Amino acid sequence: MNLMMILEMAAGAMGERVAFQNGADRLTYQQLFDAAGALAASLDDGRTKHLAMLDISTLALPIGVFGASWAGVPFAPLNYRLTDPELDALIAQLNPGRLLTDSARAARLGPRLAATGDGDYVEVGTREAMLATVRGEDARPRETPWSMDPDDTAILLFTSGTTGAPKAAVLRQKHLVSYVLGTVEFMGADENDASLTCVPPYHVAGMAAIASSVYSGRRVVQLASFTPETWLETARREQVTHAFVVPTMMARIVDALAGQADAGLPCLRAISYGGGKMPLTVIEKAMKLFPNTDFTNAYGLTETSSTIALLGPADHRAAFASADEKIRKRLVSVGQPLPTVELEIRDVESGDRVAPGEHGLIHVRGEQVSGEYRGKGSQLDAEGWFNTRDGGYLDEGGFLFLEGRMDDVIVRGGENMSPGEIEDVLLTHAAVIDACVVGVPDEQWGEAVAAVVVLSPKAQATPSELQQWVKDRLRSSRTPERIEFWSELPYNETGKLLRRKVREALRENG
Amino acid sequence: MAVYKAGMRLKSAVCSSQIMMVVAPARDVKLTCGGAPVVELSAAEGAGASIDPGHKQGTQMGKRYTNAAGDIEILCTKPGEGGLAVDGEMLVVKGAKPLPSSD
Repeated sequence: MNLMMILEMAAGAMGERVAFQNGADRLTYQQLFDAAGALAASLDDGRTKHLAMLDISTLALPIGVFGASWAGVPFAPLNYRLTDPELDALIAQLNPGRLLTDSARAARLGPRLAATGDGDYVEVGTREAMLATVRGEDARPRETPWSMDPDDTAILLFTSGTTGAPKAAVLRQKHLVSYVLGTVEFMGADENDASLTCVPPYHVAGMAAIASSVYSGRRVVQLASFTPETWLETARREQVTHAFVVPTMMARIVDALAGQADAGLPCLRAISYGGGKMPLTVIEKAMKLFPNTDFTNAYGLTETSSTIALLGPADHRAAFASADEKIRKRLVSVGQPLPTVELEIRDVESGDRVAPGEHGLIHVRGEQVSGEYRGKGSQLDAEGWFNTRDGGYLDEGGFLFLEGRMDDVIVRGGENMSPGEIEDVLLTHAAVIDACVVGVPDEQWGEAVAAVVVLSPKAQATPSELQQWVKDRLRSSRTPERIEFWSELPYNETGKLLRRKVREALRENG
Repeated sequence: MAVYKAGMRLKSAVCSSQIMMVVAPARDVKLTCGGAPVVELSAAEGAGASIDPGHKQGTQMGKRYTNAAGDIEILCTKPGEGGLAVDGEMLVVKGAKPLPSSD
């Protein structure tokens, strides 16, 4: 198995279709195949064992992903927001290898790497030079076919490290190919379908989108730097039919459309979102502004080759329209597991599978689940299950509700409680538009529950009113002892709430 | 008879079908396309043998084929007129409910 086989099928069946587009520049499926072959040939120098890319989304990205797969070297997209020392630590793990980046970074990083001078080999090249070479007249594909060994490493993705030092998740060919074959219909897209992607390359959704789009035959329109205005303008100009956003992007798009009855994007048939928690108010507003668009919420992890559970369009509409509070609540669930994936909730302490409605840790098993880190080996248990360390529960209908990372669990007087459960209750209050609950050190209880709340600009609420709101709906031990009002919560650029920052700020505010 | 491995690429000896083994059975099987044993992708062209009339259900690009026991799964990477069978059992298209696009 190899991602190249997926591209070969696409190039064979629809070679003239546009595969990727960046501004006015385009690559057809056949051109992408040829460029990947030429890059693979250049990687065949006998010493390059990794291809790293430190860059925004450009046409070099899919060429890099597929070219590396053809050459049999892992592809590692790096976060361009990292500092130089942080990058050094990652690059050290990709030695010997080649690093492609923009010309400004290449000029800075090249001498920096050369200065280490201990015989290491990380060659720094520019994206522009690579593109010119592999698309040039003299470009020739690698003569040796790609390996079909399912265990070859396709992609190394450094996890975001919100809880510790970044580690490289290993996604092998079998994980990514299984994910694509199990979730995407070959050539399922119409000739005119276009997908707008603005997730950064170093996010698993960005990598999965490349493989999925190629197999479905959809034209990918890359948008390297997101603003709501450029997103709306690009979607309109390119007649985009599908888009993936993280919740913070959706929130900003909804804000930019404030006062309008409708987003005015009739071509946009589907928006999928994931990568963080979508506030109820945002998705409700989005569904009103995009009345004819199908919404899909996707839950997945780097270690699971992206999506493992989906809340599909029909579920969105049923929840949105329902008067039953239980059904309506599903709008903030992540839906049901993919048919190709098994998912269960296990008790935090005993590890036993729990009944619907009971809280625990989400475990998952399936062909796409890697659960492996470089240097640490597989984290799967003997039966192949991966502990996501995400807390959650399943409702009676099998809908999955997330409750945050295990590492965020608050332990108050020996009682474990998940921030998500308390946040969900706070968010049902009409005045609250965002909420973050964390544990703060407490002499008596070990940890105390604290909440940071963002109020709607037009609404008001007092801490005691919100405390009573929680107390009426959950047991009193879960009532935040301290509530602060902020104008906004800190998120990273892919929509992940930075609880660490909230904890630190609360500690400093005493 | 042969033992296959996941990831192996094979082709029909009697039609244009090409396939990849997604899930290989952990046993010795006779895998045919168009009634004739499949061959390695790199094998020379067949001697022009014809498709067995009983094995003409064809293969479709991008479809996955499986048996009743569910211990084999094959992806069609190039279509043809012959049909796939394991030990004489015709393989059927693995029904997959289309999922909404999530990325």
